[in-house]
Amino acid sequence: MPAPTLPLEMPATGKQQPSAEAIRFENVSLAYDDKRILDGISFRLPHGETKAVFGVAGSGKSTMLKLALGLIKPDSGRIYVLGEEVTQMSEKDLFKLRGRIGMVFQESALFDSFTVRENVAFRLIEDGDVSDDEIERRVREALSFVELERTVDMFPAELSGGMRRRVAIARAIITQPEILLYDSPTGGLDPVTSTTIVELIVKQRDVYKTSSLLVTHRLQDAFIMATHYFDRKANRMLPLASGTRCEVPMAFLILREGKVIFDGDLDELAKCKDEYIREYIS
Amino acid sequence: MAAGDLQVQLISPAQFAKEKIQALQEYALLVGQSLANLFRRPLYITDMVQQADLIGVGSLPIVILTGGFTGAVLALNSASTLSRFGSLTLIAQLVSVGMVTELGPVITGLMVAGRNASGMASELGSMTVTEQIDAMRALGTDPTKKLVTPRVVATVIMLFFLTIISDLLGLAGGNMVSTLLLGLDSRQYWTSAWQSLVWRDVTTGLIKPVLFGFVISTVGCYFGMSTRGGTQGVGRSTTQAVVVASVLILVVDFFVTKLLIALLGYR
Repeated sequence: MPAPTLPLEMPATGKQQPSAEAIRFENVSLAYDDKRILDGISFRLPHGETKAVFGVAGSGKSTMLKLALGLIKPDSGRIYVLGEEVTQMSEKDLFKLRGRIGMVFQESALFDSFTVRENVAFRLIEDGDVSDDEIERRVREALSFVELERTVDMFPAELSGGMRRRVAIARAIITQPEILLYDSPTGGLDPVTSTTIVELIVKQRDVYKTSSLLVTHRLQDAFIMATHYFDRKANRMLPLASGTRCEVPMAFLILREGKVIFDGDLDELAKCKDEYIREYIS
Repeated sequence: MAAGDLQVQLISPAQFAKEKIQALQEYALLVGQSLANLFRRPLYITDMVQQADLIGVGSLPIVILTGGFTGAVLALNSASTLSRFGSLTLIAQLVSVGMVTELGPVITGLMVAGRNASGMASELGSMTVTEQIDAMRALGTDPTKKLVTPRVVATVIMLFFLTIISDLLGLAGGNMVSTLLLGLDSRQYWTSAWQSLVWRDVTTGLIKPVLFGFVISTVGCYFGMSTRGGTQGVGRSTTQAVVVASVLILVVDFFVTKLLIALLGYR
C-alpha cells in the first residue's frame, strides 16, 4: 500500500484538556418503540485514548455516537463530552460543542450536491471568518492526509466507497477536532480498502493523538490498530515489536443487548474468560 | 411470499391521534424555527438567491402556461352564459376579478406546490435518509437555518411575483379568446379589465400568494426533514408533501378569503 503523505504542519502532540476525560457515559438508557437499545451503559474515554466499540448489529453502537454528539437524547442517564453535559444542553449550545468534535458517518454522509472541496471545507466556510486562500490550503492539506488531492473538484457520486470514506475523514479532521467519532469506517469495504482506512485512522491517532471512539463490526480492524503504530519517518503503519505497547492508549468496549459487557485493553481482552466474549473474538 | 408479509399493521385510534398531534407539534416547531432564523446570523443570502432561481425561474414555464390557459378557458366558459344575457362585454371584468382574486393565486400555488413542495421533500428527504442532515448538525450547522429558511424566504418572494405574472398571462389569455374567438375589441377589454379592479381585489390577490408560499415551503421542508425508511420513505414524503400542501392551499384560501371579506367588506 502506498504511504500517505504527511502534511508539514502536523502537530506531534495532543491538546491539553481541562476536563478529566473526553467522553463519559453515566447509566445511559434509550428505547425506541418499547425496544430497549441501551440499558444503563456507563464508560469513560480518557483524553488521548482510542476506544474501539464492538457489538452485533442493533446493539446500539452507532446510537452511542449520536448520543455523544447530542444528535439524539437519552431517556435517562448523563453524557459528558469535553466536560460539558450534552444531555442538558440546548441545540444552539450543542452546535458550538460539535465544532470541537469530528464525526465520520457509516455511509460517509457527504453532501452529494457539493464537490469534494466544498464538503471538506464545509466547517471552514460555515465559520465565515476564514479566507479563501486559507480554506484552499487546509482543504489541500486534509485531502493530502487521505491521499485524495486529485479529487478536489469531483462530486461524491464520482468516488468509490473507499474514497468517500477518506473524504469523510478529511472533512472530520480539517479543523483538528478534540474528539473523533468513527461509525463503522470500514463497513462494506473490501479488505485492501479497509486496511487503507485503518492506516489513516492509526495515522490520525498517532500523529494528532486525538481522543477517538471507533465503532466497528470488524474485529481485525481494531486488532490491527492495537498491534500497529504509525511510523512518521517511514510514513507508514508498522507492527509493534513483541511485548511493546502503542504510545497512544487503545481500549476495547463490547456491547451486548444494550449493556457494556467488557471495557478494557487488549491484554485484558485476551485474558477475559467470558464465554460470549471468547466466542465473539475467536 | 409468507402470509405474514401481507399483514397490515393496525394502530389504535389513540396512537393514531398521538402521532398526528406529534406531527403537528413538530411542524409548528419547524415553522417557528424557520421564522426565528430570519433574525439570526448567518442569513445564507446566497442559498436564498439559489433557491429563488430554482423555484422562481424554474417554475416560470408552468406558471405562464397555466395562467394563460386558465384565463382563456375562463373567458370561453363565461362567454356562453354572458351572451345569453347580452352582457358579453362584461367578460373582461369577470376574467380580471376572477384571475386576480382567486384563480391566479390558487392555480399558481397549486402548480408551485406540485413542482417545489415535492422537490423540497425529496431533496431534504434524501439528505435525511443518507444522514446528510445529521452530518450537517454534527458539523455544527443548523439545518433549519441552512436548508429550511432560505427555501421559505425564496418561495414566499417568488410565489408573489409568479402570481402577478400568472394574473397578467390569465388576462392576456382572456383577451385572446375575447378578440380572436368572440370578436370583442381588445382595447375595450383591457380598459374594462383594468377599471373593474379595486384595491381590495389586488390586496386579496397579493396576500394569498405570500401565505401559500409559506405553506408550500414549510410543508415541503417538514415532510423532507421528517422522512423515515430509505428510498421508499422519500417517495412517501414527496407524495404527502404535494397532497398536504395542495389541500392546505385550498383550506387557507377559504379562510383567508373569509377573513379578508370580514376585514375589507364585499365588493
